[in-house]
Amino acid sequence: MTDGAERPAARPRTVVVTGIAGRLGRIVARRLHRELDWRIVGLDRRPMPGRPKDIEHHQVDLRSKKARDVFRTGEVDALIHLGVMHDPRARPAEIYSWNITGTTKLLEYCQAYRVPKVVLLSSANVYGPRPDNPQFLTEDAPLLAAQRFPQMRDLVEIDHLVSTFLWRAQGVETVILRPVHIVGPVHNAPSNYLRIQRPPVLLGFDPMVQLIHYQDTADAIVAALGPGRRGIYNIVGPGEVPLSAVLRELGREPVQIPHPVAKPILSLAFRVGISSFPVDELDFIRYVCMVDGRRASAELGFRPRFGLRETIHAVDEPA
Amino acid sequence: MGLLDRLQQLRGPVPDDDIAGRTQALVVRGNEFGFDEFGASRESLRGALRVARWLYRHYFRASAFGVEHIPATGRVLFVANHSGQLPFDGLVICAACFLEPPQPRLVRSMVEYFVPTVPFASYLFARWGQITGTPENCRRLLAAEEAVLVFPEGARGISKSFSKRYQLAEFGKGFLRLALEMRAPIVPIAVIGAEEQAPAINVKPLARLFGAPSFPVVPYPPFLPLVPLPVKYRLYFGEPIRMTGDPDDDDEVLDEKARIVKNRIQSMIQIGLREREHVFW
Repeated sequence: MTDGAERPAARPRTVVVTGIAGRLGRIVARRLHRELDWRIVGLDRRPMPGRPKDIEHHQVDLRSKKARDVFRTGEVDALIHLGVMHDPRARPAEIYSWNITGTTKLLEYCQAYRVPKVVLLSSANVYGPRPDNPQFLTEDAPLLAAQRFPQMRDLVEIDHLVSTFLWRAQGVETVILRPVHIVGPVHNAPSNYLRIQRPPVLLGFDPMVQLIHYQDTADAIVAALGPGRRGIYNIVGPGEVPLSAVLRELGREPVQIPHPVAKPILSLAFRVGISSFPVDELDFIRYVCMVDGRRASAELGFRPRFGLRETIHAVDEPA
Repeated sequence: MGLLDRLQQLRGPVPDDDIAGRTQALVVRGNEFGFDEFGASRESLRGALRVARWLYRHYFRASAFGVEHIPATGRVLFVANHSGQLPFDGLVICAACFLEPPQPRLVRSMVEYFVPTVPFASYLFARWGQITGTPENCRRLLAAEEAVLVFPEGARGISKSFSKRYQLAEFGKGFLRLALEMRAPIVPIAVIGAEEQAPAINVKPLARLFGAPSFPVVPYPPFLPLVPLPVKYRLYFGEPIRMTGDPDDDDEVLDEKARIVKNRIQSMIQIGLREREHVFW
């Protein structure tokens, strides 16, 4: 790299990635590995089988002393926090502690051991789908998702924690990315939903949605690592389409459910295990929750590489 | 769309019964799936405009005056009086701007916040280019040189009782701030006829019971204003008003400017009422 040629004595820079064992974590790690000459250290409670030899992995709890040691011993140049746990089948209290305490600890380590860059992968869902939403929310819109979806509470709270850190820790370049629905061979709510052959939809509702290709998301993370980048950014993909057009493009056969009965039907189906659609997230297929990505394009220089069709079909890519 | 296409569209008037041709001539900024950022699609508009034309020409037998004041291109804020319990005044204005001028224009009305919660209306309104009435949405469309329709009286206007017909309710200031901020000309519109389409009184106790802003009752079956009477609509488009000033000015200054627009519409209403010979023809 040119950077290395100028300063041959410089040590390789180190980036810590939480949640590296997940599908998106692996994709991000692979991108960083390929494009930047950085030393990559993974932090995840899960094992990471089949990882490249030069990726270091620590199978630890973020709240543990071992996680702290990663920051204390190594000179960490950046933290990428992807490790937001969101599992509709797990115990909420457990997830809450993991997410909130974990994030608080991470931020403590970053401040204590002078990590100059923190990147949080939040989500555009933190604004919440609402009937009175403007078509495109900007970064200063209030994060109202937790009002109606207890499941979203953790995500909103993490976003708040890191926003506070952004203003408080002036010496740290903190970047919060709020991407729209990430689609690809990843395990998240929108991708899981779009992979269902007969997905539930609400009769008489067909909101506009924004999707982003998983590789474009990785691009945004790489862009956020750039020197001097600091702030909160909505990250949008190639455009807006009605949900029905996405399902049609994928050849799905949506099941129309009238919205007054959707909640009981889907929560029953969820409990018996024939559907994995989280009932709290019904409003995401009812109202708009779209964001304005102009700030990221102006300040991070971020532009999606993938078109609408490619992005939609990324959901069916083999892992 | 290229400049050439746009010029070709401006070349000649498209006959008004050629809905497909006129829809084609509309400026809709669609993506590869045919939807613009607000979810409007030419495909959906074509069907809706056929129905709108029938209502406009045959049911309401509308006539429009001052059509030359509808700008062929560029941002514009249409400001109209709102009345008649049912939002057919919006439909008639949209139809007029689509059917009457040589270059048809897609009018995007700012609809109430509850519309996205109503099944079917939620997405059909969006497909037809109607938008949730937030200032951000209006700003974005004006910046994209589109035409936006606002009813500054809002729910106060549409739900007023028959005894208050053709008396404008209080105007909000939001439309004025947007016009000043976006430097958009205001085209005032007076709608005559809508007031008589559902001569209703407001039963306040029932409104309170249902938690609705109003509970209109009409003196003929089915006693609820579901279908408008076949009144004749008359639309008066006024000369564009260009306001200048600071959108964040004191309320009194903005009120003064809003009153200019309100008075213009009120005087156009008086002229319209004087010229009208009968409510139904």
